[in-house]
Amino acid sequence: MENSYRGFVNREKESDATMIAAPKQQTTMPSTDKRWRIVDATMRRHGYVGNSLIETLHTAQESFGYLDEPALRFVAGSLNLPLSKVYGVATFYHHFMLKPQGKHTCVVCLGTACYIKGADRLLESLEGKYGVKAGQTTRDGNLSVLTARCLGSCGLAPAAVLDGAVMGKVSGADLLDRVAKQVSHDGR
Amino acid sequence: MTVDELEQIAETEKQSCKQCPRHLHVCVAAGCLSSQSDQVKQALEAQVKAAGLEGQCRVKGVGCMGLCAAGPLVSVPGENVLYKGVTAQDAPDIIKGLQADQPVERLRCPTDVPFFARQKRIVLENTGTIDPERIEEYIAADGYVALHKALTAMTRPEVIEHVSRSGLRGRGGAGYPTGLKWSMVAKSNAPTKYVICNADEGDPGAFMDRSVLESDPHRVLEGMAIAAYAVGATQGYIYVRSEYPLAVQRLKTAIRQADRQGLLGANIFGTPLSFKIDIRLGAGAFVCGEETALIASIAGQRGQPRPRPPFPAESGLWGAPTLINNVETFANIAPIVRNGGDWYASIGTEKSKGTKTFALAGKVNNTGLIEVPMGITLREIIYDIGGGIPDGKKFKAVQTGGPSGGCIPEQFLDMPVDYDSLAKVGSIMGSGGMIIMDEASSMVDVARFFMEFCMTESCGKCVPCRVGTVQMHDLLKKIIDRKATARDLALLEELCDMVKNTSLCGLGQTAPNPVLSTLRYFHNEYDELLIADEGAAEPAGAKETVS
Repeated sequence: MENSYRGFVNREKESDATMIAAPKQQTTMPSTDKRWRIVDATMRRHGYVGNSLIETLHTAQESFGYLDEPALRFVAGSLNLPLSKVYGVATFYHHFMLKPQGKHTCVVCLGTACYIKGADRLLESLEGKYGVKAGQTTRDGNLSVLTARCLGSCGLAPAAVLDGAVMGKVSGADLLDRVAKQVSHDGR
Repeated sequence: MTVDELEQIAETEKQSCKQCPRHLHVCVAAGCLSSQSDQVKQALEAQVKAAGLEGQCRVKGVGCMGLCAAGPLVSVPGENVLYKGVTAQDAPDIIKGLQADQPVERLRCPTDVPFFARQKRIVLENTGTIDPERIEEYIAADGYVALHKALTAMTRPEVIEHVSRSGLRGRGGAGYPTGLKWSMVAKSNAPTKYVICNADEGDPGAFMDRSVLESDPHRVLEGMAIAAYAVGATQGYIYVRSEYPLAVQRLKTAIRQADRQGLLGANIFGTPLSFKIDIRLGAGAFVCGEETALIASIAGQRGQPRPRPPFPAESGLWGAPTLINNVETFANIAPIVRNGGDWYASIGTEKSKGTKTFALAGKVNNTGLIEVPMGITLREIIYDIGGGIPDGKKFKAVQTGGPSGGCIPEQFLDMPVDYDSLAKVGSIMGSGGMIIMDEASSMVDVARFFMEFCMTESCGKCVPCRVGTVQMHDLLKKIIDRKATARDLALLEELCDMVKNTSLCGLGQTAPNPVLSTLRYFHNEYDELLIADEGAAEPAGAKETVS
């Protein structure tokens, strides 16, 4: 990577330099789970450089559904970054989850267009029925209720995503109905 | 790749298109996909097969046709037929209608309406007509011709000269002259330079960039490659939201195809230009739309902005001069190079040239994606193109620019839409989200909604934004809960002024805009919610302000 030719923007590089000097952390895979190899492959593709951190966390979350401590430690060790930095990045971005999600997820879009069309009431009805707040998972681990900043489906407002499938122009009753069906689909 | 090969691909594609007499275009952009347009496409394909029409009729997935509210959309190109709200069950009727030359009237959506007639499409010229997953179709639609022209017939300053003459201004919202930005990066003698496409479209209520990426990804790649030639960069990045998986997938496909055809990579068109594009995924942080925060995020850091200067044009990614433009800005480049800067400058107003895409949403009949010439009035957009307010309700305000913009009331409906007019009334052009609100919307609540957004999206680096947005949000909440007095309102106004003037980056500097603009035009709504001030020594109120 090209080094900066202006001193004062070098702060980011400096931290990289100290990182290289830091003692080698644990880089072996936390378990024999094959998914760690997928994570490792992403890092290898980027040559284990520190700036592939976000890409790596994306892969880890895609593989495991969330980022737990062993995952963060493994990534920090392999990329030779301080764990504090990895944790800092993982908590900075909304997309990364540090806790496992429920079996089913329902994301309610709270973008402007959806909000104007009553997405807050959609969310309230879900929260009320399942006794959770946005961002939480029901105690039986069956359903996570999440919110999104904007799905970009503003033409279909209000929108929600149930287990990856987008529902447009959804009403409160309709949403509760479909969530209930999806959750009970496992025969519980 | 040589120009002959390019023409050959275009010719083959056009021939194969001509050989098939009938076509059906199914919108497979995110809007229609979420109403199951993929099933419609499969059903149509099955019906074509069942009717033995293979080779006679081709079903093709295309990008966004614009009228997202009426999706899934299916069009019969060349016959002026557009079907709306199509389901898989309608497929047999559509094929029968095609065979009998009688369109299915019950599904028909008129195409001679202002929604289509009033638009002018430059950025969106191919969306809804070409298959975004096939480079051949883009090439057949004059794709990569501009890149060839720039590389072989124009010098680097000439390219920048055309971009400058076109009057194109940054479509990400701030409206910085694109040509000026390019010449700043070009001026530097640094050995390494970068071109970054900002596709971190975080404004709630905006989906133009997503539609462009999903519907015509090659146009963005071509724009970036021309920019790389003009400024002397060899590596490009597209920073795209992880919330847009379809856009990411189509971009990846497009980059792979362009690489294979030699339109990206080493020695493009046999010239010394080498340019590679990589995708970087965002991870859900609105602040990463700010250019210095975006650069930090590409480098694997927390997306926190830094003070400017130095501007990225001098010192950006890894300290190298970096050109950052928005998706729509890059999408305008190929037509400008192809047709010349003066052609582009002939569209629009004196200070705002060309066209602008808008994502029309909220309480309006025709929600969807539109592209209009600069200088069109808000009334034309909302009532002619947008088809007015549904359910016979009354228009109240239009919000542009997302959390950084403002609410524009009815009295300015006849104002032309351009950068300067919007700024004059306290809003901004923004990236192109346009949310219409009717009389049922409380403007104080809208202001609170945006402040809550800014509060959670503040990166926490500078105090005015981190603390100020929380305080402003709490004050707005207090007003809505009917617990606030005139003094709280005065405090809110003071805070707006402070946060606006002392925050580090655009997020904080513009966070008060929704409050300021609603205070300016809908002050009575705030006043109605206030309670009487019972003197300076009211203990309960004082306590609440502290909390």
